[in-house]
Amino acid sequence: MHDVAAHAAHHAPPTSFIRKHVFSLDHKVIGKQYYALALVAALVGMVLSWFMRIHLAWTNAAIPGLQLLSPNGAPGGVMTPEYYLQLMTMHGTIMVFFVLTTAPFAAFGNFFLPIQVGAEDMPFPHFNMMSFWVTFVAFLVLMSSFFVGDGPTLGGWTQYAPLNAVGSVAGPGQGAGVVLWAISIALFCVGQLLGALNFIPTTLDLRVKGMSLMRLPLSAWAWFITSCMGLTAFAVLMPACILVILDHVAGTSFFVASNLVMNDQMLPHSGGSTLLWQHLFWFFGHPEVYIAIIPGIGIVSHILITNMRKPMLSQRVLIYSMGALAVLSYMVYGHHMFVSGMNPFSSLAFSFPTLVITIPSSIVVLIWTFSLYGSKLRINSASLFALGFISMFVSGGVSGFFLAQPSIDIMLHATYFVVGHFHLVMGVAAMFGIFAGTYFWFPKMAGRMMNETLGKIHFWLSFVGAYCIFMPFHYLGMAGNVRRYSTFVDDFLQPLIPVHRFITIAALITGAAQLIFLYNLIHSRFWGAPAPDNPWEATSLEWSTATPPPWDNFGGKHPVVYHDPYQYGVQSSVGDYVMQTSPEQVKTEHEEK
Amino acid sequence: MAKFFAITIIVIAILSAIPILRHTWVAPEDISTHGHLIDEQMSETMAEAGISFLAAQFILAIFVWRFSNPGPDAKIKKFPGGAKGLVIAALLVVGIEVMALGIFGVKAWANVYLSPPSADAMPIQVQAGQFAFYFRYPGPDGKLGPIHPELINEGSQNFYGLDPEHDPDSKDDIVTAEMAIPVNKEIHLLMHSKDVGHSFFVRELRVQQDFVPGLDVSLHFTATKVGKYEIVCTQLCGLGHYNMKAYLSVMSQPDFDDWMKKEAAMQ
Repeated sequence: MHDVAAHAAHHAPPTSFIRKHVFSLDHKVIGKQYYALALVAALVGMVLSWFMRIHLAWTNAAIPGLQLLSPNGAPGGVMTPEYYLQLMTMHGTIMVFFVLTTAPFAAFGNFFLPIQVGAEDMPFPHFNMMSFWVTFVAFLVLMSSFFVGDGPTLGGWTQYAPLNAVGSVAGPGQGAGVVLWAISIALFCVGQLLGALNFIPTTLDLRVKGMSLMRLPLSAWAWFITSCMGLTAFAVLMPACILVILDHVAGTSFFVASNLVMNDQMLPHSGGSTLLWQHLFWFFGHPEVYIAIIPGIGIVSHILITNMRKPMLSQRVLIYSMGALAVLSYMVYGHHMFVSGMNPFSSLAFSFPTLVITIPSSIVVLIWTFSLYGSKLRINSASLFALGFISMFVSGGVSGFFLAQPSIDIMLHATYFVVGHFHLVMGVAAMFGIFAGTYFWFPKMAGRMMNETLGKIHFWLSFVGAYCIFMPFHYLGMAGNVRRYSTFVDDFLQPLIPVHRFITIAALITGAAQLIFLYNLIHSRFWGAPAPDNPWEATSLEWSTATPPPWDNFGGKHPVVYHDPYQYGVQSSVGDYVMQTSPEQVKTEHEEK
Repeated sequence: MAKFFAITIIVIAILSAIPILRHTWVAPEDISTHGHLIDEQMSETMAEAGISFLAAQFILAIFVWRFSNPGPDAKIKKFPGGAKGLVIAALLVVGIEVMALGIFGVKAWANVYLSPPSADAMPIQVQAGQFAFYFRYPGPDGKLGPIHPELINEGSQNFYGLDPEHDPDSKDDIVTAEMAIPVNKEIHLLMHSKDVGHSFFVRELRVQQDFVPGLDVSLHFTATKVGKYEIVCTQLCGLGHYNMKAYLSVMSQPDFDDWMKKEAAMQ
């Protein structure tokens, strides 16, 4: 569409192994690399959650082999309280950053956004390659903290100040562990900023002839909106991490107040603000929730439409709702800080936008469910996970009604209610979006079909299992069960331990079910049935090219777009759909120009 | 498969609702003068969120049951009313619902945070540090002496860094490891952190507030029932976080006076 940018995206195919598969400029290879990184990160994060769950349910139980990971943290395989917190921090950090941000946005977005707009590649392929490799290094830095000094930081993925800034006097992992954490996250931010710098011009400048903005598939819209959010959110977290590093290594006191005493010694800091960290962190942190879930909203919409064989009731309403979620997400962050000690009037000011954000969320859910009405829904692994996504998004979303209100937050803040809420709405729902995307796009990415029977077994175990794990979290929270405790020693927590044991058993079974997915993924990659170009009879551009797509995506051709992204339920020469690139004229209700 | 999905969601939705309806796991009885407003707000929100949850899951189940895998002759249909009706419904129903919750909830919040303590509220200072709470009563002079952080010494039990020899206000200050308060008497809690972030959470009192290092915040409440309750830390503060706790004893006024005399004698 724009010659300069289009020219920049055009580059010759690589010949060497390293340029093809390692330091590749191809957005498709980079997308797969992100996916592989997310897969490894998810496995690590899941195993950490198993360790944590076993410890919470049976505190003195030895976990065979854990002492090999940390002889001090788990002598004889029995976890110490500090090691529990260290594993918990790593679980949260790995999952939020390296799984929920990388897989739905960076992995699928990299692979499919250029193809869905009809481009040969992203406009800045070198930046794109850097984006992945910087993220990869960020992951290695984070992992290295397991093996450096007294282990990873124990401060939780939110890393509240001044615990994060005063050094090893605050506990194990609070020296080198925090610095490595902050370096890792700052690098991660650089990676995501480079990614966003590519996604935005890809969407705006590299669309082929006929591809107006309103003709973009919903998944492309979701990645575009997410990249705009990433550009502003990560640009705040990165300097915040740098300030933490300076507090450690340069003697500054950005986040440490005056006159603090530890071990009967006054800390050599003065004049910093502990609440400043919370403001900076949550200004990033709340948009981050939507950075994790909006790609899922787009992916699920895209998949549902294909399997419903009809468009959503309104494409525009879904796009505007995603946009509204993105904008509002910057105005609500203070709901994480209702009882933090900030001005109580601010709590009210943050409460109302938080309540308002339920409106676009509800609209999205209503459009999805009522679009199912009168559809010809095909049930397969991808559509099951997409439907499961809706169910989880609702279940995790309604608990937001409670947490949006400061008065109720007095009782529920820092309890398992919050843990249940965010795990359902941004953890499980986003994971279901990733699974739906995998079952749907794997044929295009790998050139082979996945096993549907294994996919469905994976769905049923994950769906029922996730509810068994995370619904009881809400009950625990309502009874006042505080989160981030390594052991439940308080009298009032004793009756709740059987509930924790139930959750642990459910978590182990559900986690084991993910190995079915892993097997299916690896087996299908090498031995799956060869995939046709358009196995789902879908309409968007990724299905109009070969499987797997050639180096330049469309084999030297420039596709031309004639239709809306989702012309299903029509009568055409190929069936009940017409592809975006097909010049065939069909009778439709309405077409965007 | 689609019908199985529909049944599964309905079963999960109903099973999820049962513990709520049967009050299997709930907060303990409220012992504060302000807590009933929070509890009422919680019940109203539960009703609205519960209905939204069940309705959304049921509609999803019904549509999946009804419209999956139809025969080859089936025609697609559009939901009557279309997107416009749904958007208007969301704006009106959800919008009014959440705005009502927000507006009515202000009262419960204001009662705790936006109203000042009464003039005769009893001041008590609580200091949080890794991993213990200490409480300080001003003594007969009604004044808390200044804190000298450099004098803090756990070995000599000077938890607050007081200097009674030079500060007359500190002379009669009483420092305790347990919090005792008289029943039906408003307490003005002055919250001070020695080191990192902590929190003060008493479920029965419907009170939770973070300590902010470098910024003393305050809170006020009145307990209405004699008893012993647990104060726990809810802000991750380090390796001993799980074990950072103290007891709150709500006593009759005579019992409280006796307790205070005993504690004063032990200083």
